[in-house]
Amino acid sequence: MQDDNTDDTHDHAHDHDHGTRDFQPDLEDTHPFTEAQFLETALRELLIEKGVITADELRGAIEFMDGRGAHLGAGVVARAWTDPGFKARLLADGTEAVELYGIPIRPTHLVVVENTATVHNVIVCTLCSCYPRNLLGRPPLWYKSREYRSRAVREPRAVLAEFGTTIPAEVEIRVHDSTADMRYLVLPMRPEGSDGLSEVELAELVTRDAMVGVTVPRGPARAAAE
Amino acid sequence: MSRFAPGDKVRVIADFTRPGHVRTPWYCRDKAGVIERACGAFANPETLAYAKDGLPKLPLYRVRFAQRELWPDYGGGAGDVVEIEIYEPWLKATEE
Repeated sequence: MQDDNTDDTHDHAHDHDHGTRDFQPDLEDTHPFTEAQFLETALRELLIEKGVITADELRGAIEFMDGRGAHLGAGVVARAWTDPGFKARLLADGTEAVELYGIPIRPTHLVVVENTATVHNVIVCTLCSCYPRNLLGRPPLWYKSREYRSRAVREPRAVLAEFGTTIPAEVEIRVHDSTADMRYLVLPMRPEGSDGLSEVELAELVTRDAMVGVTVPRGPARAAAE
Repeated sequence: MSRFAPGDKVRVIADFTRPGHVRTPWYCRDKAGVIERACGAFANPETLAYAKDGLPKLPLYRVRFAQRELWPDYGGGAGDVVEIEIYEPWLKATEE
């Protein structure tokens, strides 16, 4: 969408001077339209013009994708923390367990990996940006960055430290490179001080980054202080 | 039919020149690891990416590699590992 700024009929009083101040450039002005952007625009307009999809269907699909988020994964984790039977099922067959929980994720194949006192799991896709979108929404920019994708498998402890996460040397770091058809979710350890919390309260402690494995959930006192 | 079972020792083939949409990361080629689990059979991305049907489906495995096998100068814990999904044609049995 483009504002028509050639129109000079705006009705505010001219007590300020146009054209002599430097403004921060709009994002659209900082680099030219890329080939991929032209392609996307052309394809989208053609699909709508030819009646293959409607603009509202496209908008609805974007709304659906944006509506998915870490709250979904957090609910699954909180259920696993409170229901040992569900947890066992989740670790044995993540896809089936999450479907039973009530989130449709097929045809995605979900592998849930459990953090323990001796193993800390981290998820990356070194080839692109594979991510459990059904449970966490769209991946953050850093997850797709070349720096994260290359360094997470090469020096995971240094990467975790930059996220503020220090894992003791005796704990095994297990990096999962999501290169093919599986998608991964980390089941973090339930934080200390969370005894007696309800499943809903527990879910509030579970963050996106904890389910990717670059951090660990805070107990209720620390979570409240942040 | 899966050729490998969990615990089997495997080595990724030393193919460093295959062109196209290859989903075996460069950094694990010619590296030795252990089958962590068999994931089932999936369409072959190396043909699927070119508008073909990806058939026959290929057995897919999760293979566990010691960090020090992947990066001899790895500076983290001795027990640290990376697990990577690899399609069967990229793996060969090894006794190492």
